[in-house]
Amino acid sequence: MRHTITLLVENKFGVLSRISGLFSGRGYNIESLSVGEEIDPEYSQMTIVTSGDDLIIEQITKQLNKLVDVIKVTDVTEFEHVEREMIIIKVTPKPEKKTEVLNLAGIFRGRVVDSSENTYTIEVTGDEKKIEAFIGLMKPMGIKDLVRTGKVAILREGYKQ
Amino acid sequence: MKAGMKLTGSEILIECLKREGVKHLFGYPGGVVLNIFDMLYDDKDIKLILTRHEQGAVHAADGYARATGKPGVVLVTSGPGATNTVTGIATASMDSVPLVVITGQVPTMLIGNDAFQEADIVGITRPCTKHNFLVKDVNDLAVVVKEAFHIAVTGRPGPVLIDLPKDVTVGKTDFVWPEKVGLPGYKPKLEGNKWMINQAAHMIEKARKPVIVAGGGVIISGAYKELRELAEHTQVPVTTTLMGIGGFPETNKLSLGMPGMHGTYYANKAIQESDLLIALGMRFDDRVTGKTDSFAPTASIIHIDIDPTSIRKNVRVDIPIVGDVKRVLTVLNKTLKTDVKAQWGQVRKAWLKQIDDWKKERPLTYTKSEATIKPQFVVEKIYELTKGDAIITTEVGQNQMWAAQFYKYDVPRSFITSGGLGTMGFGFPAAIGAQLAFPDKLVIDIAGDGSIQMNIQELATAVLNKLPVKVVILNNGFLGMVRQWQELFYSERYSYSRLDVVPDFVKVAEAYGAAGLRATKPSEVEDVLKEGLFKIKKTVFMDFSVDWKEKVYPMVPSGAPIDHMLFEEDEVKEEKKKRLKVVK
Ligand SMILES: Cc1ncc(C[n+]2csc(CCOP(=O)(O)OP(=O)(O)O)c2C)c(N)n1
Ligand SMILES: [Mg+2]
Repeated sequence: MRHTITLLVENKFGVLSRISGLFSGRGYNIESLSVGEEIDPEYSQMTIVTSGDDLIIEQITKQLNKLVDVIKVTDVTEFEHVEREMIIIKVTPKPEKKTEVLNLAGIFRGRVVDSSENTYTIEVTGDEKKIEAFIGLMKPMGIKDLVRTGKVAILREGYKQ
Repeated sequence: MKAGMKLTGSEILIECLKREGVKHLFGYPGGVVLNIFDMLYDDKDIKLILTRHEQGAVHAADGYARATGKPGVVLVTSGPGATNTVTGIATASMDSVPLVVITGQVPTMLIGNDAFQEADIVGITRPCTKHNFLVKDVNDLAVVVKEAFHIAVTGRPGPVLIDLPKDVTVGKTDFVWPEKVGLPGYKPKLEGNKWMINQAAHMIEKARKPVIVAGGGVIISGAYKELRELAEHTQVPVTTTLMGIGGFPETNKLSLGMPGMHGTYYANKAIQESDLLIALGMRFDDRVTGKTDSFAPTASIIHIDIDPTSIRKNVRVDIPIVGDVKRVLTVLNKTLKTDVKAQWGQVRKAWLKQIDDWKKERPLTYTKSEATIKPQFVVEKIYELTKGDAIITTEVGQNQMWAAQFYKYDVPRSFITSGGLGTMGFGFPAAIGAQLAFPDKLVIDIAGDGSIQMNIQELATAVLNKLPVKVVILNNGFLGMVRQWQELFYSERYSYSRLDVVPDFVKVAEAYGAAGLRATKPSEVEDVLKEGLFKIKKTVFMDFSVDWKEKVYPMVPSGAPIDHMLFEEDEVKEEKKKRLKVVK
């Protein structure tokens, strides 16, 4: 099963490689990983999406906890939480499809951040389902390029452990 | 040191080491650490033991740490000096040994430039250290040293590496010794969960066929007394893993010796038939469990360990207790005494009788010989002559297993061996470290002719420092353990396991200024041992030409259930073939 794990870590050099090394060294996989500074720049917040059976996930969270630079590990999958991911997608619709692309972007609350003679670059934010749905709709329009941030996640207030 | 004076990084490092109580460093110099070495030149409190190889330095520090429980400290140069420490660090990491390894590094502005003798040792050792640091600013140095020692010795101990660029060793700053460590992400859990401990007590009460499996954590946490109290009060037999040897007296009638691949028949039988396993400070290594699916099939498992990742890693556990073994056992023993009223002797009678029968049925034995020296005989003789009053280190291979099987260890830290990594070349430098810590103790490395050659250069270190380490070489002309597997599982195709050229160890020892003795007949064994162990007061190599055909028994073929054992007496029988076939 897929799990989304958030980490509070010390914002020190080498932390990312300790964490990615732990995953590769023990044969766990990382589906996505995102990092950013916390309010206090001494710390960073990470969101990792990984998968495995219960025993593997238990090992992953324990191993992460064991790292000296990791302060807090939360498997948010087990709690009410909000997940978001952003994609920027460059599509090359045929002239007769251009309006449809713009309409779809509007329905998904996307924003056109750049356009050229035959491309639109659209930014969309949302949970996994929404992102996947949007990509699915854009496919027949012709996707030239696609970048995604990976997920970030946060617990809902009032549902804390 | 005057207040308010600015110190260089090298001075700060030395001052920090003194405050951590360090008396000995093990190391080797080179370009980027010369400033630190210059400080050591006339330092009166800290002595550096110059080994002949950086690997030797780390193993020596490791032996020192295992013998004392205090951290071993290493100082080496960058690049090749640093990479030479890797095997030693990995060895210590697998066996939870506290080390602080200080490596020099090229100046900060050259890092990443492929500078002369640059190696990314922090990157290289990340997976085999408990933690590591690159110090980029002299102002961080004191804090880093303090944190390194703290991390190395607390919780589940392990090696910590500090990479120190040359410019940091000359940079100056005010010396401030941090009184406390910060480390918000590092809080080892020491106290076990009370409710779980209570549950454990009741499981022990209900169990009819319980076994304690004691690992290295018993020794590290100093739970020797507590374990004995638990075992004797509740009358539960104890098997000690390779790392746990010495954690429970092997002369005690509740002792089952070692479990696992070369464990005793009765230890493995007891585990397989038990209804409760009490696992203490051990991590269910595959050499202990054999095939995990068929390990202790009828037992509930209580697992007490300080490292949460050890629990439920490879076997199911009914009562997991994360905490320091000594502290948990203290509470458990108290609970058992106050809350549980059982007639322990009565309750355990049948089980202990069963175990006694197994002990009689298949004791640890070997076939004695008048013609050739049996390696087991040499180990037995060492025990007989020392009466167990020695520190035994081992190399890796058959020698290691015989040393574990045929000598009786009664006290913690009397058996020092590379368990997790199985590093050939460990025993001799480790013995040097142990001897340095205990100058008046008899320190004996039980070695193989292959392994001893992996760090034989440390003869110079032992001789120079007048360390009377005794090396007993069980010389079989083979990489014996490899040969044993080839005989049993590869149709006697001895592919590159015969050493062909084995040096004259007596002459090698003499060339370095040590003593050398040799025995080629069983009748000479005792005399050589008496002479080498007691009469000669310096470093000695004792070369015993042993029977090369000898194998370590019992043996559980890799991947088989642990009661699926081969015995020496099967050699003649068809039985052996049958058992081997099942495995293949
Ligand atoms: C550094 C290292 N290389 C290889 C091995 C694999 N290995 C395990 S035991 C062994 C043979 C050891 O030979 P020797 O020291 O003569 O001991 P014996 O088994 O003959 O007693 C080997 C090669 C190892 N454990 N360590
Ligand atoms: Mg040999």
